[in-house]
Amino acid sequence: MAPNSSRRSGHSKRAQYSVFTGYLLAGLGALAGAGLLAISLWQPSAFSDLRGAATDVAEPAGEASASVRTGSDGVWESIKAYYRAGSKNAALQEEVQIARIRLAEAEAVEQENARLKALLDLAETDTEPVASARLVGSSASSSRRFAYLGAGRDDGVEIGMPVRSPRGVVGRVLEVSRNSSRILLLTDSESVLPVRRASDETVAFAEGRGDGLLRIRLINLGLNPLEVGDVFVTSGAGGYYRPGVAVAILNEITPDGGIARLIADPSGTDFVSVEPIWQPEAVESSETPVELELEE
Amino acid sequence: MERYSPSARSDRYGNRINRTQSPLRASIVPYASILIGSLLPFLVLADVMPIAPPLGFLILLGWRIMRPGLLPLWVGVPLGAFDDLFSGQPFGSAIMLWSLTMIALETIETRFPWRGFWQDWFSAGLAIILYLLVAMLVSGASITIHQFVAAVPQILLSVLLYPIIARMVAWLDRFRLSRSRRIG
Repeated sequence: MAPNSSRRSGHSKRAQYSVFTGYLLAGLGALAGAGLLAISLWQPSAFSDLRGAATDVAEPAGEASASVRTGSDGVWESIKAYYRAGSKNAALQEEVQIARIRLAEAEAVEQENARLKALLDLAETDTEPVASARLVGSSASSSRRFAYLGAGRDDGVEIGMPVRSPRGVVGRVLEVSRNSSRILLLTDSESVLPVRRASDETVAFAEGRGDGLLRIRLINLGLNPLEVGDVFVTSGAGGYYRPGVAVAILNEITPDGGIARLIADPSGTDFVSVEPIWQPEAVESSETPVELELEE
Repeated sequence: MERYSPSARSDRYGNRINRTQSPLRASIVPYASILIGSLLPFLVLADVMPIAPPLGFLILLGWRIMRPGLLPLWVGVPLGAFDDLFSGQPFGSAIMLWSLTMIALETIETRFPWRGFWQDWFSAGLAIILYLLVAMLVSGASITIHQFVAAVPQILLSVLLYPIIARMVAWLDRFRLSRSRRIG
């Protein structure tokens, strides 16, 4: 393609100045961007109001696309279900029978649990969710893993609250605006969650790797007791998440723990619920600097 | 009587008699398409790894390469700021990177004035790869080898998508310049 002659400034002083000004403005813009970037990296919540207002505006579009997404997932699932329907049906019926037996056993355990709790005089109530809403969007083109929730300050959502789907933990609220909030998903590389093995008290940290898997890092080093297929649940340490919510299944064993897959897949869920912070006192005390604590 | 062929009275921008271009449409279409491109990846739910190509950036590249001089050189500042609000990157990353891209493309154009499709694709592909890698470095995440591996599909998809985006931009450019306003 031939060069566009109208873009050459030639001897015209005016054209030359306008080219120079363009370069100058673009260069200054790049410098200003670098400055803003440095501020955002230093203070990650610096522009949260601006971002929150923008997300509030885009939230209805996200709501519409979320309902289309879950609807189309349903259509695809029902088409898939027809594949080998007969043998699947038989397998499922067998599974249901076993599940019924296990359910009866679980009821017995629950009853015994309630009796023992009454003996110990422990009053434990189930937590009521603060809000339930759809995940309206995510940072799909960035290497960070954020999701946006269609509920915000007006619905009672606050920073730090855990977000879960019926299957398990999805993430934690990072920023709140009026009608939407930003969630740090477990798969983000900055997410750390205290967990324990469901079958015993082996405690560990589940860290996001940034590629969809979680790295399980054992706190007590020594002989690695983990096995492939182990289920990890929240331990309640740190005070944000209530204990006993499913997090991940171990996929692979490494010297200091393992690599695990998520149980709650955010893109497959319709509604997620925001729960209150489990132990607000513990969170507050962990945020107080030691110097301040000593002065009190 | 001599008769004109019906197509002689119109070209690809529409009827030539009694019609003119709409200045509003001619100025709005490029910016609107880039803003919509910035917004679209927000609506995709990616929980595992980055999958959506940075559409706003791709459409900006398309307009810049297809119509040099249409977008002013400093356009990366306002459009990048809008992209930063929805991309999940720390605020300022797109302002900086889009401005630098505009300057770099301007320099490439003055250095190699005679261009063709393959060279355009090559420079756009290079810009996309560098943009995605630098954006990853400044995203505030602690960088591991797994993240680079997870970003490979997104980078490949974005580079391969450029020719389609270029065709789309060409179509939008025909729409932008079509004679829609009736005179008299």
